[in-house]
Amino acid sequence: MEAQAFAGQATFQPQSTQGFVLCCLCGTNILPNASNMCVNCIRSQVDITEGIQKQVTILWCKECGRYLQPPKHWVAAELESKELLTFCIKKIKGLAKVKLVDAGFVWTEPHSKRLKVKLTIQAEVFNGAILQQTFVVDYVVENNMCPDCNRQNANPNSWNACVQLRQHVFHKRTFLFLEQLILKHDAAAQCVKVKDIHEGIDFFYAQRGHALKFIDFLQTVVPIRFRADKQLVSHDTHNNTYNYKFTFSVEIAPLCKDDLVCLPAKMSSSCGGLGPLAVVSRVTNHITITCPLTLRSYSMDAPVYYRFPFTALASQRSLVPYIVLDIEPVAGPGGGRGGAGGQGEYGASGPTPQSGSGRYLLAEAQVARVADFGRNDTTFFVRTHLGHVLKPGDTALGYDMVNSQLVGLDYEAHVAKGGRVPDVILVRKSYEEKRRRRAAKGGAAAARPWKLKSLGMEVDDVAGPGQRGRNEAAMDADRERFLEELEEDADMRARINIYADKERMAEAAAAAARGQQAAAPAAAPAAPAGLMDDDSEGDDEEDLPQVPLEELLDDLEALGLEEGGAEEGADGGGDMDMD
Amino acid sequence: MATRCQFENNNDVGVFAKLTNAYCICALGGAENFYSVFEAELNDHIPVIKSSVAGTRLVGRLTVGNRNGLLLPNTTTDQELQHIRNCLPDEVVVQRIDERLSALGNCIACNDYVALIHPDVDRETEEIVADVLGVEVFRQTVAGNVLVGSYCAFTNQGGLVHPKTSIEDLDELSSLLQIPLVAGTVNRGSDVIGAGLVANDWAAFCGLDTTSTELSVIESVFKLRDAQPMNIVNDLRASLIDTMA
Repeated sequence: MEAQAFAGQATFQPQSTQGFVLCCLCGTNILPNASNMCVNCIRSQVDITEGIQKQVTILWCKECGRYLQPPKHWVAAELESKELLTFCIKKIKGLAKVKLVDAGFVWTEPHSKRLKVKLTIQAEVFNGAILQQTFVVDYVVENNMCPDCNRQNANPNSWNACVQLRQHVFHKRTFLFLEQLILKHDAAAQCVKVKDIHEGIDFFYAQRGHALKFIDFLQTVVPIRFRADKQLVSHDTHNNTYNYKFTFSVEIAPLCKDDLVCLPAKMSSSCGGLGPLAVVSRVTNHITITCPLTLRSYSMDAPVYYRFPFTALASQRSLVPYIVLDIEPVAGPGGGRGGAGGQGEYGASGPTPQSGSGRYLLAEAQVARVADFGRNDTTFFVRTHLGHVLKPGDTALGYDMVNSQLVGLDYEAHVAKGGRVPDVILVRKSYEEKRRRRAAKGGAAAARPWKLKSLGMEVDDVAGPGQRGRNEAAMDADRERFLEELEEDADMRARINIYADKERMAEAAAAAARGQQAAAPAAAPAAPAGLMDDDSEGDDEEDLPQVPLEELLDDLEALGLEEGGAEEGADGGGDMDMD
Repeated sequence: MATRCQFENNNDVGVFAKLTNAYCICALGGAENFYSVFEAELNDHIPVIKSSVAGTRLVGRLTVGNRNGLLLPNTTTDQELQHIRNCLPDEVVVQRIDERLSALGNCIACNDYVALIHPDVDRETEEIVADVLGVEVFRQTVAGNVLVGSYCAFTNQGGLVHPKTSIEDLDELSSLLQIPLVAGTVNRGSDVIGAGLVANDWAAFCGLDTTSTELSVIESVFKLRDAQPMNIVNDLRASLIDTMA
């Protein structure tokens, strides 16, 4: 009933039966279409594949397996892959006039140097009739070595661009850290060769673009400035081509964490009267300087730094150990800037001056030189920004402004103007004594249960054999200090990948077990070092900064996976690191 | 007989000629070929004249006519009207009409008894068509196309319509016209029948591209195989004698 009601309301649709007409050529009965011909007649009349190339020659580099995409681009593609199909279809001339419906490879023997692609195309014929046709295009693969491989075969280590990264300081810790950053971000993936040389590293690239990309990366992690140069290698007057080698001279600002700087007058005023004596507290792509007397800090990026560049007045080499005899936070608003929440160790004693980020605590300390200790009674009263870490009895490293010869135009100008120079500027707490004590206790316990990877760097062999030894000693010292810095500075750790060293951990565990067994008969508390310590030495050991186990990453090696050739070198280097 | 011909390398002969049982109008062309084909076939029986309409050569598409009369669009010049009047037999009424759809040949298809017209043609025009051409007029479409003159061609014997015409439409048109109709093509699959073909009761002309299959369809539906101009007279005489007897 309902259906009938609806049927009544619906619009009247006259019935229409399509009649047949005769095909205009062969006279067969067909349903009318746009050309009014039967399909066979259309096929016999027109060939829509006319004007489409049926045989194409493609050039293929045997060495790298890439195909030439004219004019000079080489694309890598597997046999029967989507990429190769795209490449093959692009090579066919005359396809633009028709509509491509389907394409696929017809299997050919991999060594036959032939590719066959089956294409289905549609095209309009006569008055709007669309005809579809399938046909096969043959590709002849011809060998042609690509310029890259050609050059590679002629001279395997050829490079076109070189990034000369330099930092003019007396140590290479910046580069050790940079190496880790590069590894983490895989920034040197396209590098042909890495060469470790005096005061820096050279990175060699096959293409200029890769070098530029690397410099872009550097700009995001360290304060640099660079200049680009090019040298004409060869040139062809006939087609106006020039072949250059590009060299990028990249200079990292010669400032490191814990360096003492004296700001130029202009820089100081642009920082709002900061300093001029200040300590470099952090170096990323920004340089952060902190005034230890006021806790004021200022962060500048590379362009700002290079507007009025300044060098370190004194660096880590001239740090002198001091013993903290007494320390007291500076109370009251006059003591320093900020005061954002008293979370420090002295937080209970009223409002405490802290830096804006709560990183530092301004304190007044009475310190004595370790060298003087027990010889004379010389003590110094200093203001320090390290109020949050230092306790009476701690050792701190600082610059001895009284006895050292400091050279620098800005510093001299500051002194000549009658600027105040404190006797001592403390820069960090020293864990040297504790480390030494732990090292004395046992090998396995003292070893770090983590490791870093390393770039496979070539070492410059210019130096003589004697000098080489000294360099290595200096390098080891730098590396050790770098690892200590990592332990002390969580911010630094956060920027790189640190891997768990399972072997070391197993050794440490075994040593701990042995120690327990040995200690049990003597009824003495077990004293395995490292992560689980007994109470008697707890004070020292807990204080000693370590890398928390949860920050460590599992190496792919540990999962039983191979990472390929590049990784092997890195792993080898990593082991060397630890030795 | 159906004849294949071309007008200046163009196969759309229906555009450049108008053929009825009483006269034939050809376009003024550069070469004499087209005209001479018509002249050779028709001159013994009916006048074949050359003329332009509204200054153009599109004689077939702009005019409509049959044995009784000829309608010209209002763009026809006085000179042309006069020339055509002079050349056509006296019993053929020639009239110029005021119709917005001035391509009369596209909008109107007729034989000596019935005319199909475009559904939007004026009522006055419809009346003039009925009066001047002496036909019964139907507003119709052919295979959904309003341009009935372009998509069909018929004579008193039979007719060819657009290939997409459904069987129901074909039956309807056939019963209106009282002649056999067939769906077909001319000029190697072209569906613009009116442009590709002109026909009267004993002769037809189509484009040079027309295939033999198409030609045989045309000949059979227009009954041209043994058609002679005198056949009609003979038929009439036979039937008259039949009734008399």
